[in-house]
Amino acid sequence: MDVLNMTALELSEKIKKREVTVEEAVKASLEQIKSVEKTVHAYVTIDEKGALKKAREIQKKIDEGELTGPLAGVPVAIKDNMCTKDMLTTCSSKILGNFVPTYTAQAVENMEAAGMIILGKTNMDEFAMGSTTETSAFGVTRNPWNPEHVPGGSSGGSCAAVAAGECFLALGSDTGGSIRQPSGFCGVTGIKPTYGTVSRYGLIAYGSSLDQIGPVARSVSDCVAALEVLASYDKKDSTSIKREDCDFTSALVDDVQGLRIGIPGDYFGEGLDTEVKAAVLKAAEILKEKGAIVEEFDLSLVDYAIPAYYTIASAEASSNLERFDGVKYGYRAKDCEGLHQMYKRSRSEGFGEEVKRRIMLGSFVLSSGYYDAYYLKALRVKAMIKQAFDRAFSSYDVILGPSAPTTAPKLGQSLSDPLKMYLGDIYTISANLAGIPGMTLPCGKDSNGLPIGLQLLGNCFEEKKIIRAAYSYECSRNYEAPEIAASEAGKVVE
Amino acid sequence: MANIISDETIEYVSILAKLELSEQEKKQARKDMARMLDYIDKLNELDTTGVEPVSHVFSVNNVFREDVVTNSDDSQNMLKNAPAVKEQSYKVPKTVL
Repeated sequence: MDVLNMTALELSEKIKKREVTVEEAVKASLEQIKSVEKTVHAYVTIDEKGALKKAREIQKKIDEGELTGPLAGVPVAIKDNMCTKDMLTTCSSKILGNFVPTYTAQAVENMEAAGMIILGKTNMDEFAMGSTTETSAFGVTRNPWNPEHVPGGSSGGSCAAVAAGECFLALGSDTGGSIRQPSGFCGVTGIKPTYGTVSRYGLIAYGSSLDQIGPVARSVSDCVAALEVLASYDKKDSTSIKREDCDFTSALVDDVQGLRIGIPGDYFGEGLDTEVKAAVLKAAEILKEKGAIVEEFDLSLVDYAIPAYYTIASAEASSNLERFDGVKYGYRAKDCEGLHQMYKRSRSEGFGEEVKRRIMLGSFVLSSGYYDAYYLKALRVKAMIKQAFDRAFSSYDVILGPSAPTTAPKLGQSLSDPLKMYLGDIYTISANLAGIPGMTLPCGKDSNGLPIGLQLLGNCFEEKKIIRAAYSYECSRNYEAPEIAASEAGKVVE
Repeated sequence: MANIISDETIEYVSILAKLELSEQEKKQARKDMARMLDYIDKLNELDTTGVEPVSHVFSVNNVFREDVVTNSDDSQNMLKNAPAVKEQSYKVPKTVL
């Protein structure tokens, strides 16, 4: 029995039937990490000892009937911007290179309480700022489908780890597409729920009004089961929402009869790769054959989402990242004359280029004299974008489109032109501005063998409609894993 | 409507951002910021008269709770992360030179 080929739900089921032990599952994952990590480099930290110890504890609780949940015993990975008590949490930044939190993020606690085992922390763009995982201070992550390509970002480590079989499930965070875009690039399934559904307590903040944690998995069912575990009202997060409708798995039905699906014509214009376009439209066709009502419409304002986003996200980042000053934790510059110089030098030496670029832009748009013209203007445009979605969702249940204009670019091609890289977020970014949920799942491959992502967007609190469409679509095809799991194992790519 | 960022602006913004940039970084920052602002200026194509700025999509209210201590003293563990410690406190360079 090959443990690694199971979905997370299948694995947990077999553990409960005593066909597999938790320790066997953890060991299989650790073995896979050992064999492919040299190529993929999805992890910043691997906690072998901790995971094996936890495996025995969880096994006992399952045996005693204390843990009965559908994901009990499943080995998982956590993006390195979520605090884990006593485990290094770096945000893939030099400034947090030695930071060991004294508490655990609420989302991670929920996973642990449901009996999942943390294998380690995954690589990401520094402070989640980037779309390729190349801005990490600890080296790039490579796409398991082709190690010459990026996995996407910023949750590139989590998505690559799931695709390469280095864990069964992973947590990512999504501020402008950071779960959905890399899920598309790596051929896995990821969901960003409605803002406020998952607690941000213990998530190291980037753009607080946009940040949302979500799961990455190999199947829609796994992803949705994990979301059900993650969603909880939390007093410690003032933007947390009390929801009564978090039984997301109830929407896992193969039925889209009468579901109204809108295809925004403005998502299919200039800049969209023809193979991506064809694969996404084919997916729409399949849903139509299954009984969905599929129509094209104009969403409008699509071109304004990116400039509004980079204004708002940079402004919030410049404020959120003020806390990194070299006083209480993290990197401190040596031999400083006076406190103020220590602040400046610690930050300048500790932050990478992209992070500094966004802090500078954010500080500028918030400065007196520019606040109204840039920051407030962006917040007004955000309101208009939200209204455009409200209009769209008065006619449609689900909006269907690509998760990115292309498949994964080659390593080393994106960072030299930041603005061009930002434009790659065009289809994902507006969901964060509007607070709406979005899901990406694989819908084919291009002629280079790289996965293509299908994105489904829903109105606030209507994850279930997306889940229904995603599950129905997934039922029409089989999951495909990259060949790295077998043939490229251990090969070091220079 | 190309934006031109002056040395003074970069100087001022780096004070706000608490960053010490090298000459090379300053030059690059002038270029990057000008290009980004040119792009952001696209927002001016939209007439936003009468549109209220929205910071949170849902109405967010202050959440109040009783001030009850739920954690215990964890200062020893927290101090383990400190770059420098003196007498159970964070040690920093001179604040007044």
